Amino acid sequence: MKFRDIFLTASANMFRSKLRTGLTITAIFIGALTLTVTNGLSAGISSYIDKQVNNLGQGDVISITAKNTTSSSGAGNPQKYEPGKVSGRGSGPDAGGILLTQSDIDILKTDQDLTDIKPAYVLNPDYIQGVNGDKYVVSLSPLGGNNKLDLAAGRQIASDASDNQVVLPISYVAALGFNDAASAVGKSVTIAVSDATGEQHTVTATVAGVQQKGIVSLSGAVAGSALEVNLYNLQTIGLPAASKNRYQSASARMVGGTGDARLKEIKDRLDKLGFTGTTTADRLGAFKTVINAITLVLNAFAIIALLAASFGIVNTLLMSVQERTKEIGLMKAMGMRSYRIFLLFSIEAVLIGFWGSAVGVAVAMAVGFGANHIAANGILKDLPGFDLLLFPWQSIAGIFLLIMAVAFVAGTLPAWRAARQNPITALRYE
Amino acid sequence: MNKQTVVSAVDLSKSYGKAQNLFWALLDINLTFQRGESVAIIGKSGSGKSTLMHLLALMDQPTSGAVLIDGQDVKTLSSRKLDNMRNKKFGFVFQQFFLNGNASVLENVILPLKIAGVGSRERRRRGMEELEAVELVDKAKSKANELSGGQKQRAVIARALINKPQIIFADEPTGNLDSATGEKIIQLLFELNKKKDITLIIVTHDQDIATRCDRQIHIKDGRIQEEAN
Repeated sequence: MKFRDIFLTASANMFRSKLRTGLTITAIFIGALTLTVTNGLSAGISSYIDKQVNNLGQGDVISITAKNTTSSSGAGNPQKYEPGKVSGRGSGPDAGGILLTQSDIDILKTDQDLTDIKPAYVLNPDYIQGVNGDKYVVSLSPLGGNNKLDLAAGRQIASDASDNQVVLPISYVAALGFNDAASAVGKSVTIAVSDATGEQHTVTATVAGVQQKGIVSLSGAVAGSALEVNLYNLQTIGLPAASKNRYQSASARMVGGTGDARLKEIKDRLDKLGFTGTTTADRLGAFKTVINAITLVLNAFAIIALLAASFGIVNTLLMSVQERTKEIGLMKAMGMRSYRIFLLFSIEAVLIGFWGSAVGVAVAMAVGFGANHIAANGILKDLPGFDLLLFPWQSIAGIFLLIMAVAFVAGTLPAWRAARQNPITALRYE
Repeated sequence: MNKQTVVSAVDLSKSYGKAQNLFWALLDINLTFQRGESVAIIGKSGSGKSTLMHLLALMDQPTSGAVLIDGQDVKTLSSRKLDNMRNKKFGFVFQQFFLNGNASVLENVILPLKIAGVGSRERRRRGMEELEAVELVDKAKSKANELSGGQKQRAVIARALINKPQIIFADEPTGNLDSATGEKIIQLLFELNKKKDITLIIVTHDQDIATRCDRQIHIKDGRIQEEAN
């Protein structure tokens, strides 16, 4: 028998007992649906997190701060005063912490595994002013050089840009008097800082882009390096030289890979030197671990459903073999090879798996697109670019292959039984 | 007419069970079948006539002795060759028809061609040809279940003929038919036997059918009792 004929015969046999096959396909469908939805959720959330990670910095970027053992929650021991270390000015993201000095930066620069070390100043702007003249309080973070911000409009700030550039958070667009994100791009905004003597200075910056809202985006506006240096120079006017050049943190790129072992080595070394190294993965690690754990549990349920369904396949096909005993005997008497009988039943099993997964995946995708639509206008309204469910073709193909493989394995017992039937006993069977 | 041996049995024996339960279903059978002859294997139920047919049709293996097809001992053939031989050289007509009731008559008739791997257009062409030979062309698209007993057996004969076999094994071909219909089926079988020079081996307990064959082999308790011409 030609393979094509075996395939067509198996396909036709599948529909001989429509109800029985239908029920088995339904069981597979439930497994496939669950598997597709859980994977879709996990893919959607992971993809969004990855986007956010890019907001914070690329994978090989490590953010270095001075080691701070005091904590406002009171869990740590009091920290001893050390004359070389400088505490922060009481505002900014690292308020109350210890700042990096130029000598710290010099130490970091001698480290073989770190390159491209960019110290980041603490910026304390008084206000930001747009086209309508209203002044708003703003927090301003340095870009750090390596970030890929999730932009709603405009472009990234080039790390070597020599003019004053800023990326605004989308929530400031309307407040500053712009019509929408796109129309803010290229316009000028004014940023004011006060120096140590209390005198206020203003700097004009060009809006390079507008940042999307996100769960872990950099807070507030983002300053390019030229703007960062200009503002810092203004806000430190009047400070004694010893108090200048204090850095909130420094970013560096790790050379020679970011494997787990290597990362730990670098972090341990930084720790000995009195620094704390944090990668983006560290910040989002816990979140991702939870998502992965949930996905794993849900997938485990889906696999259990599939295993139960696979016994349905075994049962359905065993009954078919029983019913078709005479037919199998006849085919063998007429010279059908045993392995083709085996194929005939295996293919029927795989087809049941295929149809179950096809319907399951189709329904899951329909549900997914519906859920994305509802979520985008509901709970995820404030998180543009967040698709609750994503269906990358690799995972869909993987689900198909997995289910068809399970179905094939389930079909082997009945198929083997059919293949080893003796034509004489089969033809005598009443 | 020059005689050509198509099948022969040499000291053919078949036993079932072991030790004190040992039972010889067939013992020391020696037979030859010539091309184009019709032979009846006749005996009561339990005589061993069906066992003999299964051995001759290569559906079972003898305990001792040998079956020769065209002079070749089938023990020396691979299972692939045996399957191929059953497909190409033999046609089977069964008492219980063994038609797939939900498939069309044509589908049933072309099953051996499908097994042989013949293309679908060729299958259809040859299927219609054989249906014409048994006068069932108008029923080609009907489901096998819708046929009368006689029509069913004619469809079975068409199926047996489709690979242009050398030998047709007919196991109680009229067992499920009334005598008038049975008579027509027997006539059809003999007609094919003469016209197409096909060896016809009929297993039956019906003496009337047996006497119309060229040769009768009476089997009792697993042994050949007498051969009559």
